[in-house]
Parts: sequence; C-alpha cells; structure tokens
Amino acid sequence: MTSLPAAPPGQKKLGLVIDLDTCVGCHACAVNCKEWNTGGHSAPLTDHDPYGDAWGVWFNRVHSFEAGDGAASRTVHFPKSCLHCEQPACVEVCPTGASYKRADDGIVLVNADTCIGCKLCSWACPYGAREYDAVDGVMKKCTLCIDRIYNDKLDEVDRVPACVSTCPVGARHFGDLGDAGSAVSRLVADRGGYDLMPELGYRPVNKYLPPRPAKTAAGATGAPAALEPRAAAGGNKFLAWVDRMLSR
Amino acid sequence: MHPAFSVIFFTTASGAGYGLLALLGAAAFAGLVPADRLFGLAAFVLALGLITTGLLSSLFHLGHPERAWRAVTQWRSSWLSREGVLALATYVPAGLFAAAWVLFGVNHGPWAWLGLAATALATLTVIATGMIYASLRPIRQWCNGWVVPNYLALGLLTGSLWLAALLRGFALHAPWIDWVALAAVTLAAILKLGYWRFIDRSRSASTPESATGLGGLGTVRLLDPPHTQENFLQREMGYVVARRHVAKLRVIGAVLGFAVPAALTLLGVSLLDGAAALAASLLAALSASVGVVVERWLFFAEARHSVTLYYGARGV
Repeated sequence: MTSLPAAPPGQKKLGLVIDLDTCVGCHACAVNCKEWNTGGHSAPLTDHDPYGDAWGVWFNRVHSFEAGDGAASRTVHFPKSCLHCEQPACVEVCPTGASYKRADDGIVLVNADTCIGCKLCSWACPYGAREYDAVDGVMKKCTLCIDRIYNDKLDEVDRVPACVSTCPVGARHFGDLGDAGSAVSRLVADRGGYDLMPELGYRPVNKYLPPRPAKTAAGATGAPAALEPRAAAGGNKFLAWVDRMLSR
Repeated sequence: MHPAFSVIFFTTASGAGYGLLALLGAAAFAGLVPADRLFGLAAFVLALGLITTGLLSSLFHLGHPERAWRAVTQWRSSWLSREGVLALATYVPAGLFAAAWVLFGVNHGPWAWLGLAATALATLTVIATGMIYASLRPIRQWCNGWVVPNYLALGLLTGSLWLAALLRGFALHAPWIDWVALAAVTLAAILKLGYWRFIDRSRSASTPESATGLGGLGTVRLLDPPHTQENFLQREMGYVVARRHVAKLRVIGAVLGFAVPAALTLLGVSLLDGAAALAASLLAALSASVGVVVERWLFFAEARHSVTLYYGARGV
C-alpha cells in the first residue's frame, strides 16, 4: 500500500547522520555500498558497458562542492543516498504498491517483484535517491542495508549500513532519529544537523552536520600563535650566542 | 526532463481521443448530432483508437509491461493509478454508448446519459493525467495550477478539431462545432501562453544552497561530480538538448497548434464549402495535433528537476 503508515510520536525512524565537517571525499562509502548491495536485497546493481562508457546503478554518490568565495571558501565533500523521508512522495506516486515505507522503522523500500519500472518515483524524489536498473527493468534504491542491520549472522558491531561500517573518518552515523535520546539525535542537536531542501516538505530522516567554522589562524588550532626562534642548527653554542645577541 | 516518445505520444493521442469522446457524449446529450451510424463508427474508431493506442504506447516505456495490471491498485494515493482506473472505467459507458450509436443508431434518451457518463469519465481521466505531473513538487514547471487546465484545453482543442473534420466528412456539419473549436483554440492559446509566462517568471525556492544546506558559507558550486560518466539521474532528469531552441519551438508550437487551426476554421466557416471546407478542416486538425506534440515535447524539455542542483545547475 502506497499510502503512508501512521507515525505516532516516538516512532522508530532509522537513518543516517552525515558529518560534512569530517568527510574527506574518499568515496569509500559509495564503493562499499556498491560492493555490498550488488549482492544484497536489490542485487545486482547493474553496470552498463563497465569497461567503456560506464554507467550504472549506485545507491550512494559523493559530490564535491565549493562554497563561498576567496580565502573563506570551503571544499565540502557531500555523500548523498536515500534520506528515508517522513513524507516520501516517491512512495505515494507508486501506482502498484511496489514502493513502500515500513511502519516499524521508516525504511523506504522497493519490491522488485511488483515494480513495473514506470520511473515515476524517481521523478517524485527531489534528491535523486532512486536509480532505474534498465537490465532488470525495475527501480532500485538504498535499503539502509536492511540485510545487514537486522542480520544476526553478522557480529553486532557489523550490523550497520555498509557505508557506515567502511567510513575511515567516522563521518557517517547510523541510528534511530525518532528517539530524542539516541546518540545520533544528540549529535544532530549538538552540531545543528539540518534537512536537505526543507522547502519541499519531504521531511528527510537523514540529517547533515554542517562543516565547523574554518580555522585559518594558527592560534585557533591550539598551537602557539607564533613560534620561538629556533636555535641554530647543529647546536653550535657560539652561533646560538650570536643569534641571541643579534635578536636583542 | 527526458521527453520519452512513448509518453508524448500517449498523452497527446489520448488527450485528443478523450476530447473527441467527451464532445461526442456532450453533443449527443444536447441533441446536436444525429445518430448517423457510419459517422458514429468513424468517430468512435478514431476516439477509442487514439485512446487505446495511446494507453498501449504508455506501456512500452515500462520496464515490466506484463505487470501493468498492478497499476490500478494504488488509487488511494497515486495519480498514475487513478489515471489507470479512470481510463479503464471510461471504456464501460463509452463502449455501450458507441455500441448503441453504431449498431442500433440511437444516441438519445437513456443512451445520451451513457454518453454524458463517458464525457465525465474522459474529463476526469485527462485531469488525472495532468495531476500526475502537477503533483510532482521537485519540478517547478509542472507543479503549478496551469498544468491541469492546459491538459484539458489541449485535449478539447484537438478533440473538437477532429470532430469538426469528421462532421464535415459525413456531411453533418453544423456551425456549433466551429464555434466550439474556435473557443477551444482561444482557451488553449490563452492557457498555454499563461503557462509559459508563469514558468518564465516564477522561481523555484530550491537552489544549490538549499539542496546542500551550505548556503551559510556562500555561493555553492559543484567542484566534482560523483562519477566521470553521466548516470541515470542526469539522463532522465537533466535533459538539456532542446533548451537552446525553446523560443523557436514555442513559436512553432503556437503557430501549428493555435494560429493555423484558428485561421483554417475561420476560412471554412466563412469562405469554403464542400471538399475545400473538408480539406481545411482536416488540415486544421492535423496541424493542431502536430502543434500539441511540439508543445508536449517542450513541456518535458523545459521541465527542470531539483536533482540537477546536485549536478551543477544554478537554479531549477
């Protein structure tokens, strides 16, 4: 059913918190996503002409933006995957019921057995989270690694989405954003986490943490504001004495 | 947005078919058209033929056409599903109305009520088609109040011109159809020009800054796309080929869709009769049909999806 499930207060809302301050743009999350999911719930993530003019299905893509001008400008690496919105129009437009939002945890999924491949859901998503697989003839999207997070065959530490488990700088956090006391919710509160394109009213569950203010002065990093003059090389006491005398 | 040929053909052909069907029902109800069986045969073959080939062509752009029957199940939330349900439901009164007219030569009394039901359902189907686009918030050029009236008016435009041509062809011509056609041309032209004026002047609230949330740092520019090759999103949503030619295409669409049909209809009303009037009428219907295809192609090509903000677009 493509009508949305009721979401009472305190409803579990699984999602990601992505820290734009620490992301280094290494694309490891995108690669591990592709690696896991091409054997997972929505497998395969087909590639067309993989050794030529390659293009294919990815659930997670890392964009790099420049923001601001001149010395104050910043390079911000920006990973983007399905935001598992609270108002996912992609689900509501689906004519077959193949797209659905899970009542239990809010994850948005596609049933590949009933999808007719009309692509309307990809038009309804403002964020570009859904990608059509022209070989399978069905729409595919991030599953929040539903086949990892509930997988009791994996060690508990590994029951997180593949992108989260692989991030080398800890820029990706997974948890319940419906629980105000969860680690991810506190992180969002502390760091001013925000929604993408809030003006469209999709109410994404995933949040982004803004880059911290740039630290351009040496003092801002905790280092001494200026360095002491270095003693002359080789520890020559005569030259050190000359240096001290001349520095007066 | 990528203008898929199957969708352009579907929306323009079914629009003309539903327009023609709606006018046949309304005209029979008003007692404006006799139940001529040959005329009825030609009119319903054309109307239901346009609708049916349009619906079938819309299946061709599906990844799994064999599962299309599932699309009638989600009418509670999906305009695409509602369109499917309404399109199928329209066949019931339309089929009975057509059978009575063609087989038994009756289109009045209770049969006219069937015609009126077909008119209502045909209208609702076209509204549902328009709402599929008008409900998509990521696309400013679609998500506005001009879209549904335009779909209705353009369906009425092509439908009325085809009906005028058919009535001429079967020597059943009466002045009312020319006035309906001229009113439809005028209405469609006003709504289309209004639509173009609206999309040229309005602005989307979404920007690269709101898409990334980085506006606090200043202007946001794409430095590196995620991949070196274009992906599905760019191919489907980032269609840019025609935008250079928008101004010319709008003129071509307006001339073929509105100016030529209006001139030919007026010519037929005032100066011509017999074969010349029939030729003018047919030419008017053909010209409008091509004009509406150009217009529909522009409707897609001019639509800018918010996802393109993540791929370097400055605005949508």
